[in-house]
Parts: sequence; structure tokens; C-alpha cells
Amino acid sequence: MISSRLSKLASWSYLIALYGFIFLPVAVLVLFSFQDGRLPVPPFNGATLKWYGEVFSDSRLMSALTNSLMVAIGSATVACVLGFCAAYGLARFVLPASRLQRGLLIAPMTVSYLIIALGLLTTFNWLGVSLSLWTVGIGHVVINLPLCFAIIYASMGDHQKNIERAARDLGAAEWQVMTQVSAPMLMPSILAAFFLSVTFSWDEFIIAFLLSRFDVTLPVEIWSMLRSGLNPKTNAVGSVVFLVSVALLLILELIVFRRTAKK
Amino acid sequence: MATASLETRENRRAWGFVTPALLWTVAFFVIPFIVMAAMSLATRKGREIVMAWNFDNYIEFFEKAHLLKGLFVSLEITFTVTIISVILAYPLAWIIAERVPQKWQRMALIMAILPFWTSYVVRSYSWLLVLAQNGVINNTLVYLGVISEPLELASTRSATVIGFVHFFVMLLTLTIYANLVQMPPNYRRAAADLGANGFQVFWHVVLPLTLPGIMVGAFLTFVLCIGDYITPQILGGNNELALPQVIMLQLGRRADFPMAATLSIILMVVVTLAYIACARWLKMERT
Repeated sequence: MISSRLSKLASWSYLIALYGFIFLPVAVLVLFSFQDGRLPVPPFNGATLKWYGEVFSDSRLMSALTNSLMVAIGSATVACVLGFCAAYGLARFVLPASRLQRGLLIAPMTVSYLIIALGLLTTFNWLGVSLSLWTVGIGHVVINLPLCFAIIYASMGDHQKNIERAARDLGAAEWQVMTQVSAPMLMPSILAAFFLSVTFSWDEFIIAFLLSRFDVTLPVEIWSMLRSGLNPKTNAVGSVVFLVSVALLLILELIVFRRTAKK
Repeated sequence: MATASLETRENRRAWGFVTPALLWTVAFFVIPFIVMAAMSLATRKGREIVMAWNFDNYIEFFEKAHLLKGLFVSLEITFTVTIISVILAYPLAWIIAERVPQKWQRMALIMAILPFWTSYVVRSYSWLLVLAQNGVINNTLVYLGVISEPLELASTRSATVIGFVHFFVMLLTLTIYANLVQMPPNYRRAAADLGANGFQVFWHVVLPLTLPGIMVGAFLTFVLCIGDYITPQILGGNNELALPQVIMLQLGRRADFPMAATLSIILMVVVTLAYIACARWLKMERT
């Protein structure tokens, strides 16, 4: 009896300790974004929204935020469309060397972002392509395409195949089957792939850092803010980024997973 | 004959679906990789890059201590992080799967990985707030009178390891939890009926069955950890450089593309070796 109570106690203490460890940095980040003072470290002097005001009136940060959103949504869209088409082609038709094709499409997932970025940088330099948000977007499609493909491909079960066959028998053209039958059926996984891609691109640093020049994305702008050391303004912008990511995830959880759970 | 022509038409259509994604991958992943591999065989003469087509850069890597050290620093950090993260995450995943009531498990899991979604750069910065000389830990300890002088916590390898472990405990909790809940409870019951005690059940039944989850998580940890520039740069400082930091140094100050490419290829070889070592647990097949 005692030993079971002891093990229960140990379990709960461990749980609380690890949650404490996991949440410590985030709690510190958010708490000191309200710091009424110049340093985001203890003691806490009192709450102010001043630093948030500074973040939202900083035109560089705001344009970086817009850039990040554009790159994230644009690259996620391209990755989803390419990934969906490829998954459709490979799951529904018998193609030669399909194992190899799948392997090729998944391959970028196993390579460090730094290496992908460096490869693209070397190639763009060699070809004389100037760096811009477009090159960042290209890089982000490279890292998100395997993800989109894998998620959508994994959800293409055989039961949907029959419905598609029925649509075809009823005279639907291939693109109609794809857009009006398959895509709506697979919507939960397509949306999951899309939102995951958006969060990954929104967060990504090294590709955005190496492949951009004048217009930069938010993580790169935050990176350059770090040079000034600890600063409550950095806390504030970090908290905003966190809030956006959590909001995206919440949307994903509510729209996508709830819907699949109901089915 | 009719079916054959139908099949070729079907095939052509199928290629139409797959080709755009394949072209994208070849154009922006395979070709850049080849260009980079070729670049690693070039040399830098002053400001110019000359195609030498030799392995001088690779020889230089093994001869120059500061380059080779980057690889060892990275490997040491990565192994330390992977082991500590698995040891911390396994009990957490187990407690969530076994002790937390069913209806709260999903919530507990979401909470456990919530900080996962703070921006990568911001997460390392947050640890700086905790570990800095005037940061939360030092401040608290001095205030409590435990220490009189602040400890040197930031800009050390420990700081890098803490930052990494924080990130990967979340990731591993997720993968191990997924494996634990998939395991049918009957297996454990059967082992207990056959006379195994708690530890034996864990060691001979639960652990082997959850090993695939651990390996998937450990492999992901390895790949993401060894290729990361941000965490060692922000938390570890410039006292000892990890391989990605050495790579970025070649790009930044010296614009030495050939050496940066060489180091990247070496990094990639290391990751590939890790993949081969874990391959039997990593099946990326459609189920």
C-alpha cells in the first residue's frame, strides 16, 4: 500500500518537475515581456504594455512579419498542391520505380536544413540568381513538400479508391475526380499538411537567413535584434510569435482533428 | 491491345501528377546537392573560387584541428542530448499514458509539447533569460543566499545541452507516448501472470515493444541536433564551436564556399551513417 502510494507520489512529482522544466523558459519570456524596465530579468518591476507598443510601431518588425506570413502561406500552398498531386499519382496509378520516386520525394526530410540552404545558396550564386523572398520561398517548399506528400499519401486509403472509381464510371474526367471527389475526401489531411507547413515555414531560420538579402522574415529580424542583448522588446515579439503559432495549432486542432475524430 | 493502350494513357496521366513534384525536388534539392558536392572539390584562391577537382578540402579537414574539433564537439553534444532526452522523456510519456486519467491524456500531451511551437530563435533566447549572468537562476540563487557570486551558466556547453534537451524532451515524449498507448495491455498482463515482477515486465516486454518509438525519436533528435546552428550559437557562445557554427564561419567571415561545402558533405555523411544504424526501426511505408 505504502509503496503504491509512494510510487504515485513520485510519478506526480516527476510530472510536475518536467512540466516546470518545459514551461520555465516560455513563462519567463512572456512574464518579462511586460517588464516595466530595461532588462527582462528579475526582479519584476511591474506590468506595462510599452514593449508591445514598440513592437507594433516598429516598421522593420512589421514588414518582417508580413514577409513571413507571405512566404509561409505561399510556400505551404505550393508544397500542398505539389504534394497532393504527387500523392494522387503514386497512390492511384501503377508507375514504374514508384518506390524510388517516393524515396526521392521524401529524401529532403532526412537532410539538415543547413545543408539544403547551403546547396541552394551555392547554386543560386553560381547561376547569378539574386536572393530575395522568392528564394526563401523556394527553400521552404523544398522542406515542406516531403511533409505534405507523406501526410497526404499516408491518408489515401483503398476505400476512397472505390468512390473515385465510381465517379470515373459515372463519366467524371480525371481532374474532376481529383478536385471534386478526392480532394474533399482528403481535406482533413490536406489541411493538416497545410497548417503544419505554415508553422514550419513561419518558424524556419537558417534557410531564411542564408537565402534572403534585403527583405527578411521574422525569425531573421529577431536574430538581428539579439545582438543588442537581453531586451524586453525581444520578449514581446517572441511572445507574439508564440501566440500566433499556438493560434495556428488551435485552428488545426479544432477544424481538422475534431472533424476526423467525429468521422 | 485495347487494355494496353488504356494503360499507357493512364500511365501518361499519372506521370502528369507526379512530375511537378519530382521536377521541383530534382531542381531545388538534387541539383543543388550536386553543385555543392562539386563545390567541395574546388579551392579558394584569394577572392576567387577555382575548380580544382581534388580532395584537398577533405584532407585539410582531417589535418586542421579546429575543423575536426567541430565535428567531435557536435557528436559529443548530440549523443549527450539524445541520451539525456530519452531518459527524461520516457518516464514522462509513461506517466501520461499510465497515470493520467484517459480523458486528460490528450490535454496533458498538448501541454507537454506546447512550447515546442515557440519560434526556434526565441526558444534559445528564452533560455538565455533563464541562464544569463543576471538571469532567473542566478538571481534566485543569489537572492536565496545559496551562492554569493553568479554562476557562469550561459555561453557554456551545458547551456547548449539544456536548450537542446528542452526541445527534444517534448519531441520524444510524443513519439514514445504514441508507442506506449499502441501496446495492448494483455501483453503485460500475460507476463505478470507468468510470474514476472514489475521490473521484469518492463525490461523484457514493455521496453522492447517501445524500442521502435524510442529509435524514431532518437534518430530525429540526432539529425535535428547535429545540424542545428541556432542553439549552440546563442547558448553555447563562441568558446567551442559545433560543426554548423564552423560551417557558418566559413561562409561569413571568409566566404570560403568550398570549405563550407566540404563540411556540409561531411555532416551529411555522419547523418547517413546514423540513418543506416537506425534503419531497421525507421520504416517509412504506407500502412
